[in-house]
Amino acid sequence: MAKFSKSGKKSVPAMSTASLPDIVFMILFFFMVSTSMRQTDRLVTVKVPEATEIAKLERKDLAAYIYVGTPIPSRQSQFGTDARIQLNDSFKTVADIRDFIAAERETKSESDRQFMTVSIKADENVRMGIVTDIKQELRRTSALRIMYNARRADTQGN
Amino acid sequence: MARPVKEINAGSMADIAFLLLIFFLMVTTMDVEAGLQRRLPPMPDENQKQDDVQINRRNILVVRLNDYDRLFAGGEMMDVSQLKDKAKEFLANPANDINLPEREDKVIEGFGNFAVSKGVISLQNTRGTSYKAYIEVQNELVKAINEIRDDFAMLNFGRKYAALDEDRQRIVRDAVPQNISEAEPKDTGSNKR
Repeated sequence: MAKFSKSGKKSVPAMSTASLPDIVFMILFFFMVSTSMRQTDRLVTVKVPEATEIAKLERKDLAAYIYVGTPIPSRQSQFGTDARIQLNDSFKTVADIRDFIAAERETKSESDRQFMTVSIKADENVRMGIVTDIKQELRRTSALRIMYNARRADTQGN
Repeated sequence: MARPVKEINAGSMADIAFLLLIFFLMVTTMDVEAGLQRRLPPMPDENQKQDDVQINRRNILVVRLNDYDRLFAGGEMMDVSQLKDKAKEFLANPANDINLPEREDKVIEGFGNFAVSKGVISLQNTRGTSYKAYIEVQNELVKAINEIRDDFAMLNFGRKYAALDEDRQRIVRDAVPQNISEAEPKDTGSNKR
């Protein structure tokens, strides 16, 4: 029995943390690759509707974004709770879309301009009236490639 | 005589990495850019006289969404879940029913003659329709077309549409066009926004 009896207390060796930086770097690189820089501050709350047949936007750099939704709570005292359009960093009206599209076109290279896609990020609770207005204005400015932003719904079950 | 260089303490490396990690977590977003892509029809020229393109009645399937998100397709009220089958039946017209769209023989480059359906789905909505219902309907219509494309691809190339190469995908797209027309807005007696 003497074989198994321990003489004195044996302290647990300290856990080596040498691989901790490696693990953290791994997570860091994952986030650097899979995310993109935030470009605008969201002034409207947008929860895009679900769809199953969605296609990914191939050229993210050629997209212009139009956000439609109710203003965020801190802006509601000023702008109300009705659905509003956000272009870049401020609330705009349908009439401003023309200038917005023109400005967006300027930022793209000459050869890519025709492939510019306008991504409409509208909240699922907005009414079609405002979306139709936007669509008509886009047609008028001949920005015809559009995308209704949607998130992937589960195809299996519910 | 060269002294052995002391090893640098790398204990703070983790802290630095954590700092960077937290920075990236704060300033980046992870939303995926995906959705239903569409091409809007160009605005008709105002000077030009609008000559209505006469489309045969049998070639149009009118899908209407009203203020209360009720769905009417081809004159009958239905649930969104039924719409896909209705659209498929309309576009495929396997039995050459005279009430369903006619087919037109077209030469598809690299494939040959194929009777392409002339059917057009016209999607109409009012200002009061909710965006959610609208996207749901659009999604069902796209799903119907995708399924027909898959069937066509399976039949002719033995593979699903997504697994085909670029050239064959074009053939399938030509054979089964995505004719969804988003009609001009109509104000049908509603000023709800």
